[in-house]
Amino acid sequence: MKYLTEYRDGAKAQRLAAEIRRIVTQPWAIMEVCGGQTHSIIRNGIDQILPEQVEMIHGPGCPVCVTPLAAIDKALAIASRPEVIFCSFGDMLRVPGSNDDLFKIKGAGGDVRVIYSPLDAVRIARENPEREVVFLAIGFETTAPANAMAVKLAKQQGITNFSALVSHVLVPPAIETIMNSPGNRVNAFLAAGHVCCVTGFAEYPALAAKYNVPIVVTGFEPLDLLEGIRRTVLQLEKGQAKVENAYPRVVSEQGNRAAQAVIEEVFEVTDRGWRGIGTIPGSGWRLNSDYREFDAEYKFTVSDISTCESPLCRAGEVLKGAIKPNQCQAFGKECTPRTPLGATMVSSEGACAAYYNYGRFVHLERPAIAEQVS
Amino acid sequence: MSERDLKRPHNPQASSDPLDYNGLNCPVPLQSYPNIILGHGGGGKLSAELVEHIFLPAFQNDHLALLGDATVFSIDGGRLAMSTDSYVVRPLFFPGGSIADLAINGTVNDLSMSGAKPLYLSAAFIIEEGFPVAELKRIADLMGAAALRAGVTVITGDTKVVEKGRGDGLYINTCGLGIVPSGVNIAPNRAAVDDVIILSGTIADHGMAIMSVREGLEFEADIESDSAPLNAMVAAMLEKCPDIHVLRDPTRGGLAATLNEIAQASQCGIEIEDCLVPMDPTVQSACEILGLDPLLVANEGKLVCIVPKAHAAEVLQTMRSQAVGKEAAVIGRVVTDHPGMVVAKTSIGASRVITVPIGEQLPRIC
Repeated sequence: MKYLTEYRDGAKAQRLAAEIRRIVTQPWAIMEVCGGQTHSIIRNGIDQILPEQVEMIHGPGCPVCVTPLAAIDKALAIASRPEVIFCSFGDMLRVPGSNDDLFKIKGAGGDVRVIYSPLDAVRIARENPEREVVFLAIGFETTAPANAMAVKLAKQQGITNFSALVSHVLVPPAIETIMNSPGNRVNAFLAAGHVCCVTGFAEYPALAAKYNVPIVVTGFEPLDLLEGIRRTVLQLEKGQAKVENAYPRVVSEQGNRAAQAVIEEVFEVTDRGWRGIGTIPGSGWRLNSDYREFDAEYKFTVSDISTCESPLCRAGEVLKGAIKPNQCQAFGKECTPRTPLGATMVSSEGACAAYYNYGRFVHLERPAIAEQVS
Repeated sequence: MSERDLKRPHNPQASSDPLDYNGLNCPVPLQSYPNIILGHGGGGKLSAELVEHIFLPAFQNDHLALLGDATVFSIDGGRLAMSTDSYVVRPLFFPGGSIADLAINGTVNDLSMSGAKPLYLSAAFIIEEGFPVAELKRIADLMGAAALRAGVTVITGDTKVVEKGRGDGLYINTCGLGIVPSGVNIAPNRAAVDDVIILSGTIADHGMAIMSVREGLEFEADIESDSAPLNAMVAAMLEKCPDIHVLRDPTRGGLAATLNEIAQASQCGIEIEDCLVPMDPTVQSACEILGLDPLLVANEGKLVCIVPKAHAAEVLQTMRSQAVGKEAAVIGRVVTDHPGMVVAKTSIGASRVITVPIGEQLPRIC
């Protein structure tokens, strides 16, 4: 398939892995920032074909996982109201709040709907003028333009029964937090390709210089990831700390200007709590004062809800790369995708769920399956 | 499970015990959902919990405990197979089929998965007040045509009407009876080490066809449901090789749930290769766009066959000679390692564990 199968070629993947093995001389810890990259690494077993010296640390880039418990509880409080149609991306439905998840609200009679585009929520609001339609607008820079566009469109069309519960997060402040955290082991970053598709990567050279850390903009298919890792290792071995773009078929340095414009019009930077990590200054977006009447937090007065995390859950340490998911005592015991304690076990992009779902084996050498029927 | 089976984390500070995957399959009590959620109907772990904790204790008997698609029982020396299924699909008509096709083919296929020759069906209709009679006639006629195609007869039925708002247009239940040829012994627990796993064609077509119309998603080409009766192909396969060990149709929960059920029931390991599983390129693209794993998406006209290695080639050839099996392929084998678990070899030569879905699969945010 065009743009898919050619980036999953097994022979080319093995050649890239061999090249990485050839150039690496010492242990390096590389963090892939994006949850989509974590998913691809584990699903394809990319870490299994890397040399022992290269350790992949799974970063805090799953939007579902880092959305704070308080935001989930606010969502649940709003979704329980009889006049509300609550619209969400699918994988937010199973994220546990303090007591419930959106599935339980739905099972108890709440009108919770899975949508595929934020604009669908605006359409639902237009079609149901007697109801309040609330959209859970979460995600990194990647999902922000479409979410911003939905709010902008609602204002343009005078749709007053639409509002958004916004909990957007930003990548560069998270990278700073990780580099500043005590005991940090990260030597280099694979920047999230689809975030950079929107934002470009002009912000990254300053980070690379400040922390002396290579940052390589990387895609999501196996060959994309291996190429990103190869370039990162090459820089590390040479003692360089540059920003490189290993995903040029999607990402340009300036990013998507039209997307940036709609974000600037609708959002403003704010401090944001990250589940398992805590508050990071200037790490989020919220609706600016021009769009306050579309902010569900104000409309439904839920801004005073604040909540605590499960004491067993070590998602924060997982998200910062301090431990692997299976080093948490609750992993696979109290905490499974069926009974998640933290959001990293919920989303298929979450590091814990990826470990649980695609737990790995050393593959024993046997003849290829295709050869047995001949 | 021994420690060498697991890839150790590269982190030298790693100190945790290797994960006990077998322990993860222990039944957990119905603890967190006091009310039924949609996921309980998804064919994954939540569905299995309902059966295990509610239905099995209520009806306890050895036939039910086998948890096959159909149950085989003896009467006067002959062996009969019986199966039932309810059809609640929305919309009623979708690319490649309708609720009528599913209601006939689904039950025919469940019977066929025991090796039975399906003979007779019942049909019960639960109709919402206000449902157009013309549409009901169209659906009944389509069911008649589907029954003719599958070679079965609908010999009894029932009609109930519920008040407006108490049903979603139309629900259909069918129950089927078939006769199991002598010498045929097919069951989910019969997979044996070195057996070959054959899949009868492309996966995920039905689930993605439904999703494309239900959610109003448009893809570059139409995706059609694969709904089809499989009994003729099964009869031909059994003629070539009466010693087929396992047949399952990977409906709800997809190929992943089916292979896991077989691995669990047989206490063998199952190994497949990602790149051997047939997929339509449009369906694959649709799954990628929505972030859905095609291994978890429902099929309505496919089967998984587990057969002794010596007979694999002729069974494969027989399947390919039939229209519903022309894209059949060997996708894996039964192994001694990791009993009860399914492992896939990835396109880049690594491996991953394939687990049972929890409930409904959720589209990813990005």
